[in-house]
Formats: sequence, structure tokens, C-alpha cells
Amino acid sequence: MRYDAFLIKYAEIGIKGKNRHVFEDMLVSRINNAIHPLSGSFHIRKTSGRIYVLPEGEYDTDEIISALQKVFGIAAICPVVQVKDEGFEKLKADVVAFVDAAFVEKNFSFKVMCRRTRKNYPLDSMEMAADLGEALLDAFPELTVNVHEPDEFIYVEVRDTEINIYSEGVAGPGGMPVGSNGTSMLLLSGGIDSPVAGWMCAKRGVALEAVYFHAPPYTSDRAKQKVVDLARIVSAYSGRIKLHVVNFTDIQLAIYEKCPHEELTIIMRRYMMRIAEILARRDGCQALITGESIGQVASQTVQSLMCTNEVCELPVFRPLIAFDKMDIVEISKKIGAYETSIQPFEDCCTIFVAKHPVTKPRLDVIKRSEARLGQEIDEMVEKAIEEAEIIEVFPE
Amino acid sequence: MEVYLDNSATTKVYPAAADAALRVMRETFANPSSKHRAGFLAERELKEAAKIIAGSLHCSEKELIFTSGGTESDNMAIFGTAASRARKGRHFITTGIEHPAVLMPFAELEKQGCEVTYLPVSSEGLVSVESVKNALRPDTVLVSVMMVNNETGSRQPVEEIGTMLKKEAPDVYFHVDAVQGFGKYRIKPAVCGIDMLSVSAHKIHGPKGIGLLYVRNGVRVSPLLYGGGQQRDLRPGTENVPGIAAMAAAVSDIYSDFDNKIRREYNLKKRLTEGLLSMEGVTVNGQSLPAGAPHIVSASFEGIKSEVLLHALEERGIYVSSGSACASNHPGLSGTLKAMGLTDAAINGTIRFSLCADNNEEEIDYTLNALGELLPALRRFVRK
Repeated sequence: MRYDAFLIKYAEIGIKGKNRHVFEDMLVSRINNAIHPLSGSFHIRKTSGRIYVLPEGEYDTDEIISALQKVFGIAAICPVVQVKDEGFEKLKADVVAFVDAAFVEKNFSFKVMCRRTRKNYPLDSMEMAADLGEALLDAFPELTVNVHEPDEFIYVEVRDTEINIYSEGVAGPGGMPVGSNGTSMLLLSGGIDSPVAGWMCAKRGVALEAVYFHAPPYTSDRAKQKVVDLARIVSAYSGRIKLHVVNFTDIQLAIYEKCPHEELTIIMRRYMMRIAEILARRDGCQALITGESIGQVASQTVQSLMCTNEVCELPVFRPLIAFDKMDIVEISKKIGAYETSIQPFEDCCTIFVAKHPVTKPRLDVIKRSEARLGQEIDEMVEKAIEEAEIIEVFPE
Repeated sequence: MEVYLDNSATTKVYPAAADAALRVMRETFANPSSKHRAGFLAERELKEAAKIIAGSLHCSEKELIFTSGGTESDNMAIFGTAASRARKGRHFITTGIEHPAVLMPFAELEKQGCEVTYLPVSSEGLVSVESVKNALRPDTVLVSVMMVNNETGSRQPVEEIGTMLKKEAPDVYFHVDAVQGFGKYRIKPAVCGIDMLSVSAHKIHGPKGIGLLYVRNGVRVSPLLYGGGQQRDLRPGTENVPGIAAMAAAVSDIYSDFDNKIRREYNLKKRLTEGLLSMEGVTVNGQSLPAGAPHIVSASFEGIKSEVLLHALEERGIYVSSGSACASNHPGLSGTLKAMGLTDAAINGTIRFSLCADNNEEEIDYTLNALGELLPALRRFVRK
């Protein structure tokens, strides 16, 4: 069946107050970005609290639905058939044809919901619903009516120029349109967690930048490519991501040489946060995002998190903080990042990792160790930031 | 400066080989089985190429089966023999240092209930003729020994093994994986008792995706694939004519001015080996000069993780392998060095340099220089 429009239902934006139109416009713009690369041409219409995507000419229904399912802020996507008002008998036939095409099995319970924005329609909403329900029961004897808890709602809306027929449609990703909640700098590694953390914040409307720390020759080009690939996967939801690739080798080696070995990871992470914050401020980001989760590794105990957090003034968002690994993996699979995250590129950084890293670091001790790095470390940080490579990552 | 020292992983295609492939793709592109003139011209292309390649092995074109490369050739020799000789027996003999393309088919045969004897090697990485002889049983159907080990360049005594087998057990088939040996040695399989021999084009400056299995006249192997009857039903599928033509061009090139080329490679290998041995904490694995293949040098660097050294060399434009490229995909499979008795630490610090005749002394010196600078720097940061 060819659908004439896709009705976009949005979730939380609906409850916004006077600035609601700002969020709506943002959503329209994100929808535009998402459907722009598809084959076919589309037109987006925003009318009285509704957004419609209207295809013109040839298009692929599955393609457009799966693209819209990646646009945060959308609660549901309802494929709509639009008909002209050519009398109630014709409308009955149209509703029957819609149900025939939209559902493979016709053995569910339903309720017809009618609404009229054009109040001069000859029947009122209740009459319409009753008569259309009867028409459906006649056409498909296995259907049943359930007005309290139906399996499916069939919506019929009489509007000024057309009548819309649609059902529940498919769920969207929920959340808020990206860009409606500022920009944050994601610390992106090649692992499972950080892409999920980025995706979760993007879901709340946060636009993303990302920073990756590489350490050649201890990490390879393939490891870097993996991070670019992960950024691309997240960008399918978040839109363009500016990825900063920072060469961390010298800093890592300095720490390795001058600080106690078991504190290496904590001190390293403090420098990563420092650099991320400088890059974030430079680009006008308002927060940092990490994939940390309490207790997952030694550097993510509460004591360790306190020590790494201490170097930052910007808020650090840790959306996975109380998630179990299994739950993170589940989201990672859902967003299509998992297969990439688990690619086994040997991370040669492991040669630096202590066999027994501190799990309860003390901030005063860590600070004393850091003091051993002297002034050179600041120069290294400056150099790393200055020479960072910038990769603009776009969705595929 | 870019220095490619990973020629055992793959080689740069010779211009003549690339030209041949392009010419066939653009001009004699027809299906060699087609009955029209264009098909005939493609068939002639195929026959001429086969003749050149057969010449290099001193055999008849009928003894060549073109395959997709070394892996398929090894698989065909092993599974093909297991199938064709199941009634004679189900015992196989090989070595612990074979390429995964040999070891994995044998592992699969073991799952199917066959018995496989894996022969040990000396600290130089050599299997002895005697050990092969001692492992023979009445139900042995196949012996498979590689000519040149891909990780260390050790040259196995395949001619002696073949001759011994023809005397002691003439009905046992003998397969040689010569993927690293072809183009480095003159090989006459028929005169030294080799029944089957695997060759890959991309190790001798030909394209990837083409290779062959030599099958001596009278040796019966069952096919792996079934289809439209090409290559006497042994390897059906439309022949890869551009690949075969390119392989022939590469074969002609590699065997022309052969002795000089090999001498040049040996000299480069000598220069590299001596340079490495003059450094502190470096050992060279496998046979000592002048024995061993002319193109492979395996060196273990004390206190170094090979992956790190590999990437550090890469930053200077020098391309090498850690262990062997194939074993790198299966961390559990780097069997050669282990079989030779190297410690895990030494194996983790092993780099393979593999040369070709197009390398030069300047490149070797550049590499040695880079190592001289990198090793002390990297050793400062070993695992505590």
C-alpha cells in the first residue's frame, strides 16, 4: 500500500511550554537531515501540533521508517493514508482497504477512534466510530471490538481538506531532538561503553563532539579506524560528530617513567579529562561525557572516579554509571555498535597497565605523584592539543 | 622512505603481470569454454600461460590444477587425498610448523576420525628425514611437509623426504606446500618424489586469488568443488584467465636471471642478519647463513613487544610482520617458534623481515639504523 504521509508523534516536546516551537523546529530540522539522503523527495509539514513527512513520487516505506526511527524526539511514526471526502460510504471502503493492507493477520481486537477538526461533517465522532467499526467487522469476521484495551487503534481524522486514516504505527526512539540540549565532548575509546554513553546523551538532545587518545606505536591505525567507525555509527543518531584525535604517547610515557606504576591509569585518565575539557571549552561544549560505570574496572571505583573527576570543572555526564555490563551490551547491540566494538585490535597500551592497579586511590597521594611530572608535562599537553587531528564524521 | 620488508605476506605485482591481467580482461576476456573464436583465443591464452608455468616446474600442463591460491591448493591436496584414498588408510603425517592452511585441514580430518602424526622440529626449525620414515605406518596415505617455513625461512629437506618415500613407501602420497619456496628454488617435483605441490601467485609478484596445485600424473585426488567440468572436473568453475596469464608473466620474470636474483637476496639477507646480530639483545631464529631460504629473517628482540616495534617501524615507513602475518590472525597458532623451543617472551618479541630481489642495500641499512634508534627507546618502556 502506498502511504500518503507519515505522521510523526513526538513525546516530551509536547509538554514543553512557551518555547515548544523551538523544539518542534529543531525536530523538523533533524527529520530533514535524516531523510535527505534517502531516495525520493520529501516535504515536511508542521501544522497545529503535528509533523507530517509527505513523500512525493517514488519512495521506499521501510527505508523512510528506519531512517525516522533514528531521529531522537520521535515517539511514533504512523504511516497515513489520506483520502478525499467523497461521502461516508466511500470512507467505509477506504478504512476497510487500509486495514486489509496494513495488517497481515486480521484476528485482533480493535477500536476505531474518530476525530473531526471539520465540525460540519454529517456524522459526529461517536456515530462515525460505530459505523466504521461495523464495516470492519463485516469485512473481516475474525476481528473483535474491544473499546477498553484493544490490540490496535484505527484512527480516522476528518480534517479541512482531507481525511486521515492510520493506526498506531511503529515506535520511534523517543528522547529529544539533537541540538535542543547543548553540545558535549564525548571521551570515545574503542570499547563497548563510550559509544553507548554518547548515544544516550544524544538521545536527550545533546549534540556531540568526541575525543580519542591514541598512542602510536603502542596503538595501531586499525585501532584508530575502529574509533572512527564507532563515531560514524553513533552519528547515525546524533548527526555529525567532530572527532579530535589526540596523540597521547609522550604523556603516557612520561607518566609511566615518573609516577608509581600502580597509579598510572588514574593519572593517565586525569590527563585525558584535562585535555578533553580544554578541547571542550575551546569548541564551546558545556559538558564532558564518559562511558564510566561504577566498579567496572580499577579506574572506575568510586574512589577512582572521584580522583579523575577532580580535574574537571565542566560537568561530567556518565549516563552508564549504574548500569551493569550486560545492560550496556544490550544497548550497544541495539544501536549497531557492538560488532565494531568487539573487534580485537591488539591494544598495545596493555604493556603499561599495572598488574595490581590501585583501586582506592587517595587524591593527595595522586597529586603528589603528579607533581613529579614537572613542567614538561604541561608542554606535552599543549603540544598534544595543538597537534590534535580533527576528523569530521558524518553518518553513512 | 618506504621500505617494504613483508614479501612473505605478499609481494608487489610485477608490471608484466599486471599488464598481462589487464590485457586479458580487456581483450581476450571471453570464456575459454565458449565455442566461438573469442573463446578459442581465451583458451589459447590459458594454454600458453599453463605451458610457461609448467615449464617452471618441469612438468606437463596436465599436471597443473589452477586454484584460488595456496590455501585452496593445500586443502585440495589434503582433503582430496583423504577422500580418494580412504580405503587404503586414514593416517597422515605432517610437521608441527606447517602453515594454518595445512594444519587446519588436518585438524578437521582429526575431527572426522583420521589420525595425524605431527613431527617435531630441531631448534633450527628442521624436520628430519629419519623422523618421517619412523612415523610411516601401513595405513599412512599422505605425508605433507612444507618447503620453506613462512615464519623463519627454514628450508625443509623435501627432496630427501620424497626420495626416501619413493623407496620406502611408494604408495604414500607426498605433498609439499611450496608457497614460500616457489620462485626461490628451482623445483623439479617429479624427480624427487613430490606428488603434489602448492604454489601461490601473489608470493612471487603475481596477483592475489590465483595459485595452483601440481598433481603428478597418476596421482588421484578427489575434487573439493563440483560444477561445469573445467580442469578435468578436478577444479570446475570458469578459469581465472587474467589471473593465470598474470601468474605466468610473474613466473617468467621470477625465474629469469634467477641465480643473480637469489644471490642478491642472499646478500641482502646476510647484511640484515649480520646487522641484527651486532645489536644487543637480538637473536636470529632458524638456520644460520647460508642455509635457509634467501628471503626470510626471523629475529627476536629482547624486552620488546613485536607489535609495538612493528608500529614504530611503520612510523618510519618500514613494513614488517610480527611472527607471520597468517599466525597473527590466530594468536594460538604461532606454532613454528614454539615448536623450535623459543620462550613465550622471545616469541612475543619476534619480527619477520621478508625480502625480495627488488630490495636494496640502502633499504637494509635504513632499517638497521631505525632499529638501532628505536630499540633503546622502546626498551626504556618495557612492562614493569
